[in-house]
Amino acid sequence: MFSGQSVQIMDAGQIDRALSRIAHEILEKYKSLDGLSLVGIRTRGVPLAQRLTVKLEELTGTAPPMGLLDINLYRDDLSLIADHPVLKKTEIPFDIAGSKIVLVDDVLYTGRTVRAALDALLDLGRPSRILLAVLVDRGHREFPIRADFVGKNVPTARTQVVEVRVAEIEGLDEVVLLPEKPERTEKLGKEDVS
Amino acid sequence: MSLSSRHLLGIDGMKPAEIELILDTAESLAEVGAREIKKVPTLRGQTVVNFFIEPSTRTRSSFELAEKRLSADTVNFSASTSSFTKGETLLDTARTLEAMSPAFIVMRHSQPGAPHLLARHTDCSIINAGDGAHEHPTQALLDAFTIRHHKKSLAGLRVAIVGDILNSRVARSNVLLLSRMGAEVTVCGPPTLIPRGMELLACNVLHDMDEAIEGVDVVMMLRIQLERMRGGFFPSFREYASLYGLNPRRLERAAPDAIVMHPGPMNRGVEIDGGIADGSRSVIREQVTNGIAVRMAVLYLLAGVRTAGEAKREAVA
Repeated sequence: MFSGQSVQIMDAGQIDRALSRIAHEILEKYKSLDGLSLVGIRTRGVPLAQRLTVKLEELTGTAPPMGLLDINLYRDDLSLIADHPVLKKTEIPFDIAGSKIVLVDDVLYTGRTVRAALDALLDLGRPSRILLAVLVDRGHREFPIRADFVGKNVPTARTQVVEVRVAEIEGLDEVVLLPEKPERTEKLGKEDVS
Repeated sequence: MSLSSRHLLGIDGMKPAEIELILDTAESLAEVGAREIKKVPTLRGQTVVNFFIEPSTRTRSSFELAEKRLSADTVNFSASTSSFTKGETLLDTARTLEAMSPAFIVMRHSQPGAPHLLARHTDCSIINAGDGAHEHPTQALLDAFTIRHHKKSLAGLRVAIVGDILNSRVARSNVLLLSRMGAEVTVCGPPTLIPRGMELLACNVLHDMDEAIEGVDVVMMLRIQLERMRGGFFPSFREYASLYGLNPRRLERAAPDAIVMHPGPMNRGVEIDGGIADGSRSVIREQVTNGIAVRMAVLYLLAGVRTAGEAKREAVA
């Protein structure tokens, strides 16, 4: 089934420790959670943001507000990609004007997702500050964007794929490095090209 | 997941999974309408022509808002301003419109099949906004979206559609959609206003409204068009109202949590009692709000299919 081999670069314990460290780093930077909230980028930024929320609650006694962001309406490649991605709900249950927001995503790569996320957030209000937390930074940035909190830096080749798997979706926690892009997901029906 | 065609011509031919995809996408897009700044950049730089060769205010404004919330540029052509009145054929007008390179043409026409004709002769995506008494797919989709919002699922629901079924594209598209999604649909009206062979569309046909409405979860009332009176389809409005109008006594027969729908514009006191239209069970205004999100979903998904088609054409060339 696999051509080439996949390598596990983080296991469940390492992911958990990385998230714990990020939670501590957030507190180190801000001391309290006043005016701070977390926003997970769909899909896998959401479970990671949820776990960070729990860890911050364990450390401070209060859970910061958390929101979910779908960035598909803001992608810069919508007019290029065949079949628009399935849209999920954006839910930001707090006023973001004036707040400090930690954006959470699984992998930081070209920076295009983060660019879209910044535009999406700014359409909802004017936060006083936006920070970025990612589980894996794999390099190859195409925009001047960097993460404030990084779980693990992983040097990669552009042909490789970094896949973050989380218990909430895949049933287990791990980060693997795949030699090439996996098959595209199946389509609903035959396409009308005429 | 994606739609199988770059056009939306009717519910006929759509798979349940495609309908589900549109409704789910609309669910996500509804959030944009709740924002302070109701706009996302998704269709920036794409042109949409609203080609309405039949008067329409609500459908056209709903489409226009959906297009604008997705940042598309819009142009409106209506019956009175188009060269139609100067004798140009439909295809010639369509070719003229196409020369302006729109991504979409949203079309309302009094002739059934007019959008299908256009779809065969143009490169852009055609969205049917109502063709004669044939189909009105986005209305059926927004009705389904509204029902799903209140009843969670369409499967297993009992729906009564009451009124002028003969002249109603809304009824036809709704019957097709709801039956496809597993709802049990009953259409009801005077025999003169129910087309022959209606039962072939997977619905029950009744002429007694009390019987039709018994225990249903959704009551969908259709407009009686004043101009039809001259056709002699029924003796008087008074008689129609007493036999087929929705009044509080009749609504008692429906399920206790039944919702009342109407695609508008309403004739209060004819097909629907004013108190019911404004009452707690009426979802008529929600239908209008939901229409925008559903039309945004259709535009978003069709734009994706267009891109796929272009990529394929380029690969072949």
